Formats: sequence, C-alpha cells, structure tokens
Amino acid sequence: METRRTRIGLGVATVAVIAFLWLPLLLIMTYAFNSSTIQSWPISGFTFHWFHEAWHDPEARSSLWLSIKVGLVATAIALVLGTAAAAAIYRFRFFGREAVSFLLLLPIALPGIITGMSLNSAFNFASVRFSIWTIVVGHATFCVVIVYNNVLARLRRSSPSLLEASMDLGADGWQTFRFVVWPVLSTALVAGGLLAFALSFDEVIVTTFTAGAQTTLPIYILDHIQRGQDLPVVNAIVFVVILVTVIPVTIAQRLTGDTGVLRRGAAASKAAAAATGGGAV
Amino acid sequence: MAIQEHAAAVLTAGVDAPDVRLVGVRKAYGDVVAVDGVDLEIASGEFFTLLGPSGSGKTTTLRLIAGFERPDEGRIELAGRDVTGRPPYLRNVNTVFQDYALFPHMTVAENVGYGLRVRGVARRDRRMRVDEILKVVQLPGLGDRKPIQLSGGQRQRVALARALVNHPQVLLLDEPLGALDLKLRQEMQIELKRIQRAVREVGITFVYVTHDQEEALTMSDRLAVFNDGRIEQIGTPAAVYERPENAFVAGFVGASNVIRRSGRTFTVRPEKIRMTNDGGTRRDDENGATGRIRDVVYAGMFTRYVVDLDDGGELVVVRQNLETSSTEALDARGRRVLLEWRPEHAIETKPKREEKHESS
Repeated sequence: METRRTRIGLGVATVAVIAFLWLPLLLIMTYAFNSSTIQSWPISGFTFHWFHEAWHDPEARSSLWLSIKVGLVATAIALVLGTAAAAAIYRFRFFGREAVSFLLLLPIALPGIITGMSLNSAFNFASVRFSIWTIVVGHATFCVVIVYNNVLARLRRSSPSLLEASMDLGADGWQTFRFVVWPVLSTALVAGGLLAFALSFDEVIVTTFTAGAQTTLPIYILDHIQRGQDLPVVNAIVFVVILVTVIPVTIAQRLTGDTGVLRRGAAASKAAAAATGGGAV
Repeated sequence: MAIQEHAAAVLTAGVDAPDVRLVGVRKAYGDVVAVDGVDLEIASGEFFTLLGPSGSGKTTTLRLIAGFERPDEGRIELAGRDVTGRPPYLRNVNTVFQDYALFPHMTVAENVGYGLRVRGVARRDRRMRVDEILKVVQLPGLGDRKPIQLSGGQRQRVALARALVNHPQVLLLDEPLGALDLKLRQEMQIELKRIQRAVREVGITFVYVTHDQEEALTMSDRLAVFNDGRIEQIGTPAAVYERPENAFVAGFVGASNVIRRSGRTFTVRPEKIRMTNDGGTRRDDENGATGRIRDVVYAGMFTRYVVDLDDGGELVVVRQNLETSSTEALDARGRRVLLEWRPEHAIETKPKREEKHESS
C-alpha cells in the first residue's frame, strides 16, 4: 500500500507543479481577450480588439521585427559554429579538448547578467557601437551552446562506423553526406535551431546590456508593464509570444523527444546545461 | 554489375590468383606498429579467420583489406588486381561491422538496398534482390521495420544481408557475433556457416575476425593466428590445434600445456592426457609425469584439473565426467596423480617469437 500512497502523492505533486507553471500563463492569455482595460477576474467580455491594436502599434511592430531578425541571425551563426565545434570535439582528440568543451558550455552556466555585463564592458572597451549586431553577438553566446549540445549528443549516439559503412557499400563522399550524414544530423540541427531561436526571442537580461537604442520585443513588454501602460495590448502581444515560443519548442521536443537529446541539449533548462558544464570540469 | 566486374577480374588475372593477397603489409599508428609485415593468401570461396588477442593486428588487417586504412608498406590485391591505393567504395568487398552500423533513419529494406541504390540499380531490381537476400538471412517481411525495432540477432542478420546483397567478391566480418549472448552466438555461428554455404556458389569469400578460438576452430576452413602484428601460423583448424608451431599458438588456441624435456619444448592438449592415481611405480620420463592436483574446475560436461608437476611447471588435464560426480571430482584436490600421454600427442614447439629474438 506504500507504493499506492506514493503514487497518489507523486500524482498530486505533478498536478500542482504543472498548475503552478501554467495557470499564470493561462491567466495572461485569457486577459488578452478581455474587453475591459481593467484586469480583473472573471473577464468582463470577449474581444479581439487588443490584437488589432497591437498589430497597428508601430513600436510593437518594430520591436517584433527586431526580435525576429536577431533571432534568425543568432540562430544562423549558432548553427554554423555549433555544428563545427561539435564535429571537432567528436572527431578529433586534441590537446585541450576538454577545456574547449568546457569553455563552450560555460557561458550558458553563467548568469545572464554576468554575460551581459562582460559583453557590455568588452564592447565599450573596443569602442564598438551598440546596434543590432551587438545584440546578435550576445544572443549567439548561448545559442551556439544549444546547437553544439544537440549535435554532439546526436553524434555520440550514432555509430562511428556509419560513414565507413556507407563508403564500404559503394557511396562516395557526396553520396555519404546526402544519404547518411545529413539525414542523421538534420533533426538535431532543426531542433537545436528552433530552441536557439526560441531562447533568443524571449531573452531580456543579455539584451539589456548589449542593446543601444534598439528595443526587442521582450524589452518592449517589460517597459510597458513597468510603466503600467497599454496593459491589454501587452497581454495580446504576450499571447503571441507564448505561441511563437511554445510551437518551436514542441517541434524540437518531437524531433529529439524519444532520445532524451532535448533534455541533455536544451538550455531551455539552463540548469541542465550547467550540470553538463560541471561534468566537463 | 558487381558480378560482371568480378568475372572480368578473374579473366584478366587468371583463375589461379587468390581472392585476397597481402604482400609485406605494414601499418603503424605513430610509434605503435599494428600490422608488422603480414603475408596472406586467401582462396576464392574460403571461410578464412583472423584469430588473435585484442591488439594483435587482426582488425587492422581487415580494415586494410576493406580500404579504411592505407598500409605504410606492402601491397593488397583482390583477385589479382592491386587495390592498395583505392578507397573503400572502389573495392569489391563489403564489411559487417562489429556494431552493425545500420543506418538508423532507414528501414531494413532501405538499409539492405543502400549499396544497390548508390550504384544506380533500378528500384524494381533493387526490391527483388533485397527481398531475395532477406529470405536467405531468414528475415522475410521485416523490410519495413526500423533498425531500432529489431533484436540484436535480427540486426546482425540485416547487417549481413546489407553486405551480401551486393555480391561482393570478399565479405569481411569484424567480430560480428561479439555483441550477442552465448546462446544466440552459437546459433548464429551455425547460421553464418549455412549462409556461407548458400552464397559460396556465387564465389563470395568470407574473411572473419575473432578473438574466440572456439569460434575460429568451429567455423573456418583455414585460420591465421595473429600476435603482435604478425602471423604466427596459418593452417586448417585441425592443423593449428593439433600441431601448433610455437608456444604462443599452443597457448592461445587451447590451454598452454608446456613441458620441457632435455632442452626441448613440447605441448600436450589437456584432453590427450590420461590421469591415474600415482602408485609410485613409475617415474617421470618422456611421455609421463607425476604431480599433485592443485585445482579442480567442474564444468558440467567435463572437469578441468590443474596439476603441479613434481619437476616444476603445471599441466591442465580435462576429463569427461563419464563416471565421476561433481563431489568426486572436487574431492580430487590435493591427490597425487600420474599423467601419461602417447608420444605422438606431445608436439614439439618453437619458443615464442619474442624469446627467439632475445636468444639470438
């Protein structure tokens, strides 16, 4: 009977945690349709008005566009550098290999505020003007790790003989890339890319330190909540952001879900990455 | 296409050329010499085993034949043609990898058909040949599964089918049964021999790497015993077992039963020794020895006795448990015994190579 009680206890705890995580989100998402400007429960009526307003707000639009641009560029950089780094760490045994691996993982284990501050002073020191590119660099620091971790996990799970098997069966280098390397890595790349984009898209802390006059969407939201202005519009935007974030993460989970790569690779939980980083010491 | 290429090779090289020939092949990784001057000739259709402990160079030799490694020195010929400088995809050999190396994103049928696909065989032909070979390895109807849905033994068969479907001139097998449990391994040994006989008419030569001497003795037509990057002996299983040329072969293929008589070294197989209670009537001579049983290992079908000899050294004796029970066998510990063997069963061996180096 002990096990039965344990099972019920665990079930209750699970439900409590999920409620704790999701109720605030559901509340905000409901407020987005509130016809009143005063946030109170239950909502006084149902409207799409705030979405309409948010869509036509030029400031919201420009910050959304900036966030998308930053996310895309940071993800692209991460895909190239992360894959290259993973391939090098996996393929070659070289002096300082463990150190390189650790240095790659470290930025994600560090609090964002440290990364942000360091980048800020580095840019100042080098007299780099703050722009969209400084934000991209800031975001790339953690995006690279996500792609790196995903690709490395996939490589480690694959048989090292796959390439040899392909060549052995008569495939030349190009055929081996097309029929074996790409299909084996592609889902890891897509998953890593989606996660990297999602992380970049809602990043606040590093952005605060690396942005000049630019406003990304999360910063825009933060500003408006602090000032208590246009809260219904912000709710509508948050609704969209939640969707934009949840969808790619769900897809990423699907692509790697059966393997646990996500849990190891994703910095969606920075703690996991910190643990991996700790393991490399 | 593969068969035509093979036929053409046979015509140009003459029927006498061995399927695989290694001449003075040497391969080193940094300071470590993995393969140190290996000469080898394997006939067409033969089941040939490279046997040796880990690090003895047998796997490197296999990889040299496959083309995954290039030799530092020496020449590799397939059916009389020099292929030393050719990449793997230009050699008419296929490999069964130790971990099978099945492509995880492809179905069984796609895996098996891969070699045909990259060589441009039409889809229809491909399907026919895949179905056919899946029947040979007794996996009909599993073509749509993914490798992850298969058991270890089934993956093994898929790997085999994926190589055989291309009708390679030589099939290379790198410890293919190493990952299987004992019972499955014994089943697959029999199965592998059946498949080899089935494809022998197409002229496929099997080159098999293992560290398991029993496996090598059971399956091979001939075998080469590797040690320290060199071949110690090549011969049929019976020849290697019954007439080991040196102490290493005697020890690795069977138990190391070494006796010294007037400056010469002999080996006697454990099952060739007759063990009786020592009545004190007979002293050591050429074909006998006295000693005391130090250890008894009961193994069900037989019992293994380790006997400390009075004049130094030890001999392992194996006796079938014809009339002894386990308790009787175990009781024998400490008993004085007389060991005897027939003169023709004491095989003179040269010392191990290293010792030869030291003495010369």
